[in-house]
Amino acid sequence: MGFPHQSHQRETTVLTKYFGDADARTLAGWRKRGGYRALDKALEMEPADIVNIVKESGLRGRGGAGFPTGLKWSFMKPGDGKPHYLCCNADESEPGTFKDRELMRWTPHALVEGCAIAAYAIGAETAYIYIRGEFTEPLYWMEKAVKEAYAAGLIGKKAMGSGKRIDVYVHKGAGAYICGEETALMESLEGRRGNPRIKPPFPAVSGVFGMPTTINNVETLIAAAPILLNGADWYKKMSLSNPKSTGTKLYSVCGNIQRPGTYEVVMGFPFKEFLYDLCGGPLHGRKFKAVIPGGASVPIQSMEEAEATLMDYEGFVAQGSMLGSGGVIVIDDAQPMVTVIARIARFFAHESCAQCTQCREGTAWTTKILERIRDGEGTMEDLDTLLDIAEQMTGKTICVLSDSCGVPVVSGIKKFRGEFEALIQGRRFHPVTAAVA
Amino acid sequence: MTPELVGGLESPDYASHDEAAHEAYKPVFTDAAKAELDELLTRYPTKMAALLPALWIVQRERGWVSDDGMAEVAELLELTPAYVKGVVTFYTMYHQHPVGKYFIQVCTTSPCGICGAEDVVKAFLRHTNTGELGITSPDGRFTVIEVECLGACGFATPVMINEEFIESVTPDRVPDLLTRLA
Repeated sequence: MGFPHQSHQRETTVLTKYFGDADARTLAGWRKRGGYRALDKALEMEPADIVNIVKESGLRGRGGAGFPTGLKWSFMKPGDGKPHYLCCNADESEPGTFKDRELMRWTPHALVEGCAIAAYAIGAETAYIYIRGEFTEPLYWMEKAVKEAYAAGLIGKKAMGSGKRIDVYVHKGAGAYICGEETALMESLEGRRGNPRIKPPFPAVSGVFGMPTTINNVETLIAAAPILLNGADWYKKMSLSNPKSTGTKLYSVCGNIQRPGTYEVVMGFPFKEFLYDLCGGPLHGRKFKAVIPGGASVPIQSMEEAEATLMDYEGFVAQGSMLGSGGVIVIDDAQPMVTVIARIARFFAHESCAQCTQCREGTAWTTKILERIRDGEGTMEDLDTLLDIAEQMTGKTICVLSDSCGVPVVSGIKKFRGEFEALIQGRRFHPVTAAVA
Repeated sequence: MTPELVGGLESPDYASHDEAAHEAYKPVFTDAAKAELDELLTRYPTKMAALLPALWIVQRERGWVSDDGMAEVAELLELTPAYVKGVVTFYTMYHQHPVGKYFIQVCTTSPCGICGAEDVVKAFLRHTNTGELGITSPDGRFTVIEVECLGACGFATPVMINEEFIESVTPDRVPDLLTRLA
């Protein structure tokens, strides 16, 4: 809802409706707003029917990969005699992304309810909400909400008096971007270093504690409740462009823009209007230069691409990028692109878990070379080296952190080569000429 | 103590140092903290899974996680101290040495970087009298570090002071934020 700003009339607030409303954080307040009705309904349904409704709604993972949620849930085989687990990925660490933080600190009960519904649907009796350690405020509200839900019998041994056991636990991370990668999260939850695992086996076969596990993003789980209440058709209809992308999506907007915040729009919304109208356009006297629309791991868009984008999974891909986590980083003409990209590379170098050589060495070398170019000490050959390293880092490692480091480098050199060359040739970055070039 | 020669190298007095520290160590997991850990253990099918939460308790109680703290946790969870250290060193939030009374983390990742985070860092370094990242101020009150993405990019620049999360910090807000801590 544009939080912390007023909701914009062109937003569609399903999940963000109660941002900034302190009363919605309490159990009583949440119930007053219709909370836990969806769980009540779910517990009277067959788990398979819930999975089917979610499948039909077209809901796709909101963490970044966009995998169909209902399909993921259907991989959990009922009656296999093994304990099933649900993990909620609340390790939101992708630079530019802060929507899950807002969801958890304003509507913590929505997540408790979402976890309980999903756990029931996949035959799990235990759900872990893995929240990054730096999120002290979301941790506080989530722990409080879980406690309230237990005390009221909404979760626990007999969830809502149904005879179904659904335990929900909050698990605090300890500072590691990589633990947002699903298998690394599971390793971490088990009390290990957060090194991603080789897949297969996929989590639905062997996840946390070696048992069938489903892992979903915060926003995905919270979306399940309104889908159950309003039906798959209602959700499916919220699609302005490609029918494969349905519902609403939260975007956290940051960087050089008038109104940074968390917005919720229907899939397929025009990105140009989103940036200039909803978010208020560039800062006074500046111009937008580039956008990273889905967190630091997705390709940088030129403004030409961004302004032609329809905001859904396919729309961002058609314009040279990805929807990713919905973390929109807006960069204006006062920012030197090389500095921005070098800082992103440094982030990945810092966060590499270092188990794969291509990533450990590649992220470090990429950062070194980019910082050398940034400081005016680069050579033209460095650009080829960067592209070569990026290629060697892509598709060769256990997880995609390595690929993610190459992405801004390749897209940055491709779309803003002039800025790299200017620095190499000893020309200082000049915001205005750079914007024209 | 007279330095002894071991293999031709001057031996530092690690042994005596360690011994002194070890004698002073009082276990964290007694009474309330032990009960807290016991409750945590009911949440997971393995003891190992309680490792991160247990380390958080150690840090909460002691301000950092010492080798002795790791050894205590290792014994309780039936792990080896080396294993626990391997885990501790993986995560950035566990302090492996004592830090200032106020541990200040300033986000400088790209989204904050393009909104002036570097100047916020400089302001903290100047006003806390630490001068350098990771160094504790002479009065033992402050340690300032840069941190990777705090996940509040729309509120650039977010800063964490111990457990408190502060949004939209600008260099001119820094002196007030520090005065408040007095």
